[in-house]
Amino acid sequence: MDFPEEFKYTEEHEWVMVEEEIAVIGISDFAQDALGDVVFVELPEVGAVLEAGKAFGVVESVKAVSDIYAPISGTVEEINEDLIEAPEIINTSPYVDGWMIKIRMTDAADADALMTSDQYQALIAEES
Amino acid sequence: MTIVGTSGLVLNEKLLFEHSDPGRKGYSLPKLDVPTAELPSNLCREEINGFPELSEVDVVRHFTRLSTWNYGVDSGFYPLGSCTMKYNPKVNEVVARIPGLAGIHPATPSHLAQGTLELMYRLQGDLAEISGFAKVTLQPAAGAQGELTGMLVIRAWHEARGSKRSKVLIPDTAHGTNPATASLTGYDVVPIASDGVLTLEEVEAHMDDGVAALMVTNPNTLGLFETNIEEICKLVHERGGLVYCDGANLNALMGIARPGDMGIDVMHFNLHKTFSTPHGGGGPGAGPVGVTEELIPYLPGPGIEFDGERYQIETPKTDSIGRMLAFHGNVGVMLRAYAYIRSLGGEGLKHASEMAVLNANYVRARLEGVYDLPYTTRSLHEVVFSDKDLEGGCHTLDVAKRLIDYGYHPPTIYFPLVVKGAIMIEPTETESQEVLDEFCDAMVAIAGEARDNPELLLQAPVRSRVRRLDETKAARKPKLRWQEDT
Repeated sequence: MDFPEEFKYTEEHEWVMVEEEIAVIGISDFAQDALGDVVFVELPEVGAVLEAGKAFGVVESVKAVSDIYAPISGTVEEINEDLIEAPEIINTSPYVDGWMIKIRMTDAADADALMTSDQYQALIAEES
Repeated sequence: MTIVGTSGLVLNEKLLFEHSDPGRKGYSLPKLDVPTAELPSNLCREEINGFPELSEVDVVRHFTRLSTWNYGVDSGFYPLGSCTMKYNPKVNEVVARIPGLAGIHPATPSHLAQGTLELMYRLQGDLAEISGFAKVTLQPAAGAQGELTGMLVIRAWHEARGSKRSKVLIPDTAHGTNPATASLTGYDVVPIASDGVLTLEEVEAHMDDGVAALMVTNPNTLGLFETNIEEICKLVHERGGLVYCDGANLNALMGIARPGDMGIDVMHFNLHKTFSTPHGGGGPGAGPVGVTEELIPYLPGPGIEFDGERYQIETPKTDSIGRMLAFHGNVGVMLRAYAYIRSLGGEGLKHASEMAVLNANYVRARLEGVYDLPYTTRSLHEVVFSDKDLEGGCHTLDVAKRLIDYGYHPPTIYFPLVVKGAIMIEPTETESQEVLDEFCDAMVAIAGEARDNPELLLQAPVRSRVRRLDETKAARKPKLRWQEDT
């Protein structure tokens, strides 16, 4: 399983890639593997205001339905429309093609508080 | 060990559309003895695309063959946790088919429907007695509608007091439909953690003046009794909220403990679970709702009243949430439930709950140590294992599929979500020790196969009519109707 060094991670198994004021958000390789085949994704509207820690979308697999939580507060700039028709991209490419939303962060410093790849790997080693 | 599952003359069957042969028909009309009349041409079409044309024997064989693919509680053990798949005694069916009851029209005036109304009235009373509530409405047509009814009653109660509360607390061991119900009622769902049994501290930490209600399931979906429920209800009430109980697991409590006595304000019953009416295939079900004295004015209507002489269909009161359904709910289901309650009696219902708990604990005792038991608190009517100790790279899904080869309907899997790889077994009281032993033998054998020959699990099912289905494709690209070109 792969956890890119340059990303940040959350306890709810989302990843965040920060590019200046924009944060790209998806779910980790661990999350997609635990969920199994993803069959449905619900994403917010562009312009929606997200609050850190609150659910912003839903991902459904053959096993379970899970909320996806906003790692950071901000406004949705763009969503990955491809996932609506082809949610399996989340399984095949969780970090590249399977990105979910891009948000403009309320405060870019918020991302610093998230976990590094090493911290996240320690967390999932403990969980599994 | 006896393997119940086998295969033999299990026949394949095509779709009706694929059987079609133009010109075949399964009817014969008597000779015409009136003048012919043309239908208006604008109401007629040339042909119905793909309309199947079959003979009588084609149709009879088609549906008879399909019926042999069914698996139900009349065919075998069906330990689907949280669903209470108990055997439905046939005497209930006899009662529901009594012509005077089965044939009555829902719009029949009440003075011509006294018998049916009396039975419904008595059922309301029996359910209130069993659960400890002041009044019961029979109107909701299913468990989910019962939940919605109950939450709308809670909402109406808050609104009548000018309260603007917007949140509902739901522990992670509540029944899976509860968050959807709270959301449909217009509330924000606040999930709270339980660690098996809900603690007063956890509720206290979240119980602020924005919380309208706590929705619990007792016993919860781990099959554990919520031992702190009385203190929790007291706290929620002190802080201005109400407590909803999902009655899905009432089968553990009949004649032993009453949710109304625990301080719960509203609960729905699943007649199709606890009270032994047919179950599955999408209904019809029945989800009556019981409430405390204080909430009676908000119940849906019309309900059934008795003035000492006659049974009447009462007009809903001004504060009522209104109708939840046309007419009076699924009366046939109510009749079956009433027959069940009366044929068992109070002592019989209590015995049923005791045996349901005993059976679950028997399965638990036989499988503990073979499968991981994540919560060791004493179980009531169901028990949840996990796939943690399973060897050979096998998972819960593989155990479920392998059980099909052994001739059992798999238990509920991957629920509750608090247990990773959950296997949730609810045997119910209607199974004998022999059946439980055969099932447990199969479960033990499957754990052994996972260790010694995991391919048996990973390839399963091999004895069933079809092999492992592509659930992912079915969910991603569902085919919901027949189309000629597919």
